Amino acid sequence: MKTKSHFAFFDEGSKKEIRRSILKAIAIPGYQVPFASREMPIARGWGTGGLQITLSIIGKNDVLKVIDQGADESVNAVSIKKLVQSTTGVELVERTQEASIIQSRHRIPEVPLTPEQILVLQVPEPEPLRRVEKSAYKTKILHSENDYSGAWLMLFEQIMKYGRTATGADHPVYVNNRYVMAPSPIPRYDNPKMHQSEALILLGAGREKKIYAIPPYTDVESLAFDDYPFAVETFTGKSCHLCGAEDVFLDELVDPATNETIYQCNDTSYCIERLNKKEEVEVETSHA
Amino acid sequence: MHEEPLLKVRNLQKQFGDGCSRCKERQNLEKNYCPNCGTVYACHDISFDLFAGEILGIVGESGSGKSTMMQCLYFDAEVTSGAAYIDGGPGSAEQNVFELSSQQKRYIRNHQYGMVYQNPVHGLKMNFSSVGNIAEKLIAAGKRNVSEMEETSKSLLQNVHIPLFRMKEEPRNFSGGMQQRVQIAKALSNNPPILFLDEVTTGLDLSVQANVLDLIKKIQRELGISMIVVSHDLAVIRMLADRTIVMLNGSIIEEGLTDQILEDPQHAYTQQLVYSLL
Repeated sequence: MKTKSHFAFFDEGSKKEIRRSILKAIAIPGYQVPFASREMPIARGWGTGGLQITLSIIGKNDVLKVIDQGADESVNAVSIKKLVQSTTGVELVERTQEASIIQSRHRIPEVPLTPEQILVLQVPEPEPLRRVEKSAYKTKILHSENDYSGAWLMLFEQIMKYGRTATGADHPVYVNNRYVMAPSPIPRYDNPKMHQSEALILLGAGREKKIYAIPPYTDVESLAFDDYPFAVETFTGKSCHLCGAEDVFLDELVDPATNETIYQCNDTSYCIERLNKKEEVEVETSHA
Repeated sequence: MHEEPLLKVRNLQKQFGDGCSRCKERQNLEKNYCPNCGTVYACHDISFDLFAGEILGIVGESGSGKSTMMQCLYFDAEVTSGAAYIDGGPGSAEQNVFELSSQQKRYIRNHQYGMVYQNPVHGLKMNFSSVGNIAEKLIAAGKRNVSEMEETSKSLLQNVHIPLFRMKEEPRNFSGGMQQRVQIAKALSNNPPILFLDEVTTGLDLSVQANVLDLIKKIQRELGISMIVVSHDLAVIRMLADRTIVMLNGSIIEEGLTDQILEDPQHAYTQQLVYSLL
């Protein structure tokens, strides 16, 4: 006997519960809303939080893009895409501009997002204070009392040890001047993209059972001391070895043939689009 | 001359358990424990004043409610009933601080209180650097400038005789006496008008004890900070405190000038306490 599976994998009750948590998260920007994280056909820690959000907000007319650290074609992104498509039949794209829902692991696309789009981020550790306070009970109190000295203390320690803030990713942010939030392990380069973002940003942590959100046009400010201002990663003088882009987040690679350090766009769809455009121009000019 | 106290405590009550009909009037108690319902009356009807710049000693045997009272004042524990008034707090001087919201209590802790626990584990983050530990309190008090905080921390650490080349080390690498001194430096970092010291020298060897006591005395003289010093060690009280309160079974049984209490104790328990001094 073959039973007909539900649209978007979940039963309606599950979707309703997750949607309700999402609505609460949007109503209180940056606040971690607990939700009943479901058992998923992928392992916890592989994007179950993001996947559950995507599955509960997706409709038949949505267009989905899934990225894994900037790449559209990595295993994780592909298997999530396949699961969503086989249970919903939605269209899959790689071009950021064409997607209505973008699920991402650890990157925000280079192309600015629009009010029609929703960005879903996968979160391994939603609690920005976890490294200073192990107890979830206590961190909840700290959030409620607006006591974020722990988050500042971590940055202070980094400055003492390394002479600068050394957050490789997941640099904590103030949302709407109230809650300190873990922006998921995006590079600092992407933090400013959250500020006054036109697109709705939803963050889901499946293992930690938390959903939180940044509604459109919300103030998002990265934590920084007066004399150590927040700085994004810089790539001055470096450019993508494929498309030549300079003002993007670059990956550092080693050319296996020459052993030289080369740089490449981290956002693969952005890179491919630039390459295609170049080719078009080339065709038009030299073969017209 | 009439002087207004900095901290007024009135009828502070702390009990663990609901009490029963047999112990409601504090009758039929074994010490401060009701054998019928198991309720412990840790602090009963505690009232006292703390004036600006003075050191108030609190002595009593173990289990007499000294530390519980301290925890209540520092908001580590909820009081059952009673009131405390702080001059210059976030509310008016007539505002009972126990009734403030938890945010306001936190404000008082961060801006007006300093606390040195008996066990440095409670007052310090053992896996953060010493300078970071001091900065934590400054950050909590709203400071956001790294170099200023570093300077403040350095001068504080120097004051408590921690060599500066060890300032970036974690307190867990330090000896007990050094940890205690880091804790004192942290408690002093935001110049609190009121400092609580809970058995600070207990467990330290004699030379280190003398060192820490000297330091406390010096701080009080130079900065004029009011302190409440809890100790079961009469020698410590004799050296530090201007006035002393004696507690037994959760109640104050005697209070007065330290010399008076030590030289001419009135209550039978205080007499026993003073004469059992080695």
